[in-house]
Amino acid sequence: MSSVNFDSQADIATHHDHGEADHSLFGFIVFLLSESVIFLSFFVGYIVYKTTALDWLPPGVEGLEVREPLINTIVLVSSSFVIYLAERFLQAKNLWGFRTFWLITMAMGSFFIYGQAVEWRGLTFGFTDGLFGGTFYLLTGFHGLHVITGVLLQGIMLVKSFIPGNYDNGEVGVVATSLFWHFVDVIWIILFALIYLWQ
Amino acid sequence: MTNTYLQTLAPNWIEPQPGEPESWRRFFSFSTDHKVIGIQYIVTAFIFFLIGGFLAMVMRGELITPEADLVDRTVYNAMFTMHGTVMLFLWTFPVLNGLANYLVPLMIGARDMAFPRLNAVAFWLVPVFGVILMVSFWVPGGPSQSGWWAYPPVSLQNPTGNLINGQSLWLVAVALSGVSSIMGAVNIVTTIVRLRAPGMTFFRMPVFCWTVMAAQIIQLFGLPALTAGAVMLLFDLTVGTSFFNPAKGGDPVLYQHFFWFYSHPAVYVIILPIFGVFSEVFPVYARKPLFGYKVVAISSFIITGLSGIVWVHHMFASGTPGWMRMIFMATTMLISVPTGIKIFAWVATVWGGKIRLTTPMLFALGGLVMFLFAGITGIMLAAVPFDIHVNNTYFVVGHFHYVIYGAVVMGVYAAIYHWFPKMTGRMYYEGLGKLHFILTLIGANLNFFPMHPAGLMGMPRRVASYDPEFAFWNVLASLGAFLLGVSTLPFLLNMISAWIQGEKAPANPWRAIGLEWLVASPPAHENFEVIPTVVAEPYGYGKNEPLIAPYPLNP
Repeated sequence: MSSVNFDSQADIATHHDHGEADHSLFGFIVFLLSESVIFLSFFVGYIVYKTTALDWLPPGVEGLEVREPLINTIVLVSSSFVIYLAERFLQAKNLWGFRTFWLITMAMGSFFIYGQAVEWRGLTFGFTDGLFGGTFYLLTGFHGLHVITGVLLQGIMLVKSFIPGNYDNGEVGVVATSLFWHFVDVIWIILFALIYLWQ
Repeated sequence: MTNTYLQTLAPNWIEPQPGEPESWRRFFSFSTDHKVIGIQYIVTAFIFFLIGGFLAMVMRGELITPEADLVDRTVYNAMFTMHGTVMLFLWTFPVLNGLANYLVPLMIGARDMAFPRLNAVAFWLVPVFGVILMVSFWVPGGPSQSGWWAYPPVSLQNPTGNLINGQSLWLVAVALSGVSSIMGAVNIVTTIVRLRAPGMTFFRMPVFCWTVMAAQIIQLFGLPALTAGAVMLLFDLTVGTSFFNPAKGGDPVLYQHFFWFYSHPAVYVIILPIFGVFSEVFPVYARKPLFGYKVVAISSFIITGLSGIVWVHHMFASGTPGWMRMIFMATTMLISVPTGIKIFAWVATVWGGKIRLTTPMLFALGGLVMFLFAGITGIMLAAVPFDIHVNNTYFVVGHFHYVIYGAVVMGVYAAIYHWFPKMTGRMYYEGLGKLHFILTLIGANLNFFPMHPAGLMGMPRRVASYDPEFAFWNVLASLGAFLLGVSTLPFLLNMISAWIQGEKAPANPWRAIGLEWLVASPPAHENFEVIPTVVAEPYGYGKNEPLIAPYPLNP
């Protein structure tokens, strides 16, 4: 009887440890799908305002400069490929390759945030300047918050890679972070098309 | 005849595992056990139910005379706002999350939810935003007065000029409620998809799990729209942006779209699990398999799908273009089809059964009848001309209270009585339960039926005073409201005294079929010593076939 209990205790323990990591990715994808509806709502709001508002651009504003944001876009979109390479290195158990490309991704993400900040500072309109100002800062700000979150998550995963043996069997956190990064990227492409290209 | 379907799992494993804290203190701790969290949800929600009910009774006290005499008009506005908000975000959502938390892992043969810690965090957010909402009673200017839907431009008025006012606290509380609900939804969906026991295919899952999953998927795709709207409204209110402010060129109707895109499906979030409860309760006390199990299960997902395309029926009078009205009238009528399928299936389940009129069965039958009534008035409201005629009258109030009190609250009571022996290991008192049922049934109908004639006569909702010609119906409704207040007393007495000193409950007091009835009452930590292998569909009443494969350690 006691041996039976012992076995089932061990069974419970393994079931539990195994379970959480395994299901995290599924749960995270469900969360991302839900999160995308917030962006979708903001996008729909933007489209409705842009097509129906009587005073769209605030007085004195002609439109948005596209050149610098385009550079930003190219950097952010390419970082999605870099983070993919980092993941491949981790799969091949090349930790330093992973860390190198992971750091490059972080640098590219930080460059994007910096570029966004420079753009914001150079603008002549604010958050409360009409519907255009409101939606512009709402969308870029909410997306920027996600980029910052992504870079912070990447930082955590980088630090965790220095724990010996931690990433021997892959790491669900790395996969989730990279998934999040692709998500942030795709959102930005839609956002860029809506705000900068469709003027 | 051997009752093979009534086998219990591991009869040598009735006692809780050693080291399990059996004391009541665990209900006040940051426990990650889904059963503790489930009870925490239910009890917390019930406290808020009493608060919301108290607000309702003050409102009905005000409305018992045509003049505004009991409370000030602004206080009345604050009360109906808080009543609606508390009942939705702090009673129905949490109590149903509690039931799902407690029952889903047991029903699908899992040891816990997929993310136990996330589960605990999601629960503890409930008291946090509950307190934030309650605090607004004491800030200058009082709580929000814009109704539970917080339409701008009314909700953008800020007479005190403070940053922290009733409306901004309301928005913060609703946003936090959204965070908690999304955490819960991710957790429950992951649990149902990933943690089912061997052999527990989707079409062997009890309907309760189907309906909970259908409801949580609505949370996942609907709630973000409300969050987006609430964030924009909060910026309008605090920073002075112009999203919904018509004075600055904003579009208040867009807020209504954001709000109802979630808040109409939210009605299905709360009614779907109750459909699940009905589907669990009827077969047990009628001793018959659920009629049309697969159709009932699938119709839950049809409701989920359709619920995403009906929201504009709340906005027929919001300057909505004619073509849009037509489309949404059609979709709204369409959604009654899967609902009607379920009602048909329940009636067919009970029909010709060997019925035991226990308290949960009485509540389920009462809830079914009241839901049918609500469904009929719902179809009436779906018709654009009729809706415009009774828009914002008491007819609408009567309709949705028949849904939310008649079906949801009665269904929650049915669930609590049905699973009370499982949750506490004690039997409740049947006599008190039946008294509770009679008071609730009479009180609910007395309270909410008179609202329909008053509304048809033209009495507007959300007013503290009214024309004396409506007085007769309002006196009746107020008496019903006070009776409903009284009806909670036998319930509380029953629950508290039975939990303390009730008769010990066996593992399966109702001779019900389901994994949750195979384990001890209350189930031990981690639920199952060995995860069972399911070999049959649920609801095998009268079939005398085993639900699970023979337990290997107990031949």
